[in-house]
Amino acid sequence: MIGVENLRIRFGDVEAVRGISFAVAKGESFGIVGESGSGKSTVLRAIAGLNRNWEGRILFDGEPMAPQRPRSFFRRVQMVFQDPYGSLHPRQTVDRQLAEPLMIHGIDGIDTRIVRALDEAGLAARLRFRYPHQLSGGQRQRVAIARALIADPEVLLLDEPTSALDVSIQAEILNLLADLQRARRLTYLLVSHNLAVVTHLCPLIGVMQAGEMVERLTVEALRAGHITHPHTAQLRRLALELEEV
Amino acid sequence: MSDGAKPLAGARARLSWHEWLLDEEPSSRRQTVWGEFYRKCRRFAANRLAMGGLIAVLLLVVLSLLAPVLAPYDPHAQALASRLAPPSAAHWLGTDELGRDLLSRLLYGGRITLGMVVAVVVLVAPFGLLVGCVAGYLGGLTDRILMRLTDIFLAFPRLILALAFVAALKPGIGSAVIAIALTSWPPYARLARADTLTIRDADFIAAVRLAGASAGRIILRHIVPLALSSVIVRVSLDMAGIIITAAGLGFLGMGAQPPASEWGTMIATSRDYILEQWWVPAAPGIAIFVAAFAFNLLGDGLRDVLDPKAR
Repeated sequence: MIGVENLRIRFGDVEAVRGISFAVAKGESFGIVGESGSGKSTVLRAIAGLNRNWEGRILFDGEPMAPQRPRSFFRRVQMVFQDPYGSLHPRQTVDRQLAEPLMIHGIDGIDTRIVRALDEAGLAARLRFRYPHQLSGGQRQRVAIARALIADPEVLLLDEPTSALDVSIQAEILNLLADLQRARRLTYLLVSHNLAVVTHLCPLIGVMQAGEMVERLTVEALRAGHITHPHTAQLRRLALELEEV
Repeated sequence: MSDGAKPLAGARARLSWHEWLLDEEPSSRRQTVWGEFYRKCRRFAANRLAMGGLIAVLLLVVLSLLAPVLAPYDPHAQALASRLAPPSAAHWLGTDELGRDLLSRLLYGGRITLGMVVAVVVLVAPFGLLVGCVAGYLGGLTDRILMRLTDIFLAFPRLILALAFVAALKPGIGSAVIAIALTSWPPYARLARADTLTIRDADFIAAVRLAGASAGRIILRHIVPLALSSVIVRVSLDMAGIIITAAGLGFLGMGAQPPASEWGTMIATSRDYILEQWWVPAAPGIAIFVAAFAFNLLGDGLRDVLDPKAR
């Protein structure tokens, strides 16, 4: 469904992503894990079409994509951002923000779709006409998820969707994402610095370090300790230590 | 349980306007919009100085609009026998050097002066806002061209450019409005651009881009509304300056032409009598002062309500 071949991205003199390749099949979840600055979010933004300065190939549905994406692309691929405080327009109600993608794509039945999207995202209907500043962080992230899904995309790009939230809320959002994937047969590409978050949603994991994908493995292999790269082992040790505390 | 303080299901239908507007959980788009507007109005109304400014502005506007009804005399009717008369029962504010009733001229003059201000604002604010938002959002070459253009207009001293412009065209209200407009849009463009730069890379704009929105749609529907409030505030504060510039041009003979009774022109034609018949220039002078002061108070109040940074 989504593929990346020898993707390189530079910001000025710094090469943030140094030729990485991976592919995600339809209905699968692929998780990229790495420390901050490893280039994982940069990869996601390039795939989404937000960053147009890259080299290599980005494939969608088998077709190579130009840096400038057509509108039809945004109907099929959507993204959830890390910070729910920054990803919602501060002066627009939930209703207006959910209606925007529908109006852009000329989709009918805006009212019923909004009601259904709120319900699916686990939001009470009474929150529909509220402003973002009247919502909690978890509620905001649910609105962001509802917005991403409202035009029925096939692929969801998740950029650290839980790292700005409380631990208790994190689990709720992750479970919501897992439920939605099952119900809608979505393809997920998840990026996180937290190995536990990635393993919760994704059976396949790519480990990034300093702009390169140093290892690709399944969750079973990770759990069993079949690890080849020292950075993966380091991340795993860290995750285990945190769990014990 | 105390005596039936429990709200009934039917109580919702009997909500007052006040309660409907302040409902924390509005149930329609209309209710949300009006509720937000009502909250802003209440916050504004709590500021007594700003309310004073608003009332003064409204009063000036209404008085000017009703000039044909309120004015006791024709503003252009000369009566040389009673020239430079002090205030009296017949002429509340006295008469000028041609015996024209000052109160009538003042009321009619308000139409010209305030009309010029409104014309300038209507021309300038949307233009500056749009230039700033487009430059800020698109960036790159567009930004550089638009901002250098802004710098060029900003580099001209306002009154001098206006004077040169009016001198090149024929002096009059229209030319004065265009001249003031030409020199007063750059600050709005700068302000809007600065606001746009802080929000263009925000995730909520990225989210709209990912919804497939065009640059035009993003600017008009998502960026302009955020940049609008600081421009509104700036406009209401600038109104005072525009009134004074308009009156200044009139005073220099470059604005409204005699016998039109623009406030600045009125002061200009009566400057020979400023010591002996002080009431002649005092009337339009006080009118200018009151209008400028009222707009300043109004602007301060609006800033408190609209500008999120000042809160």
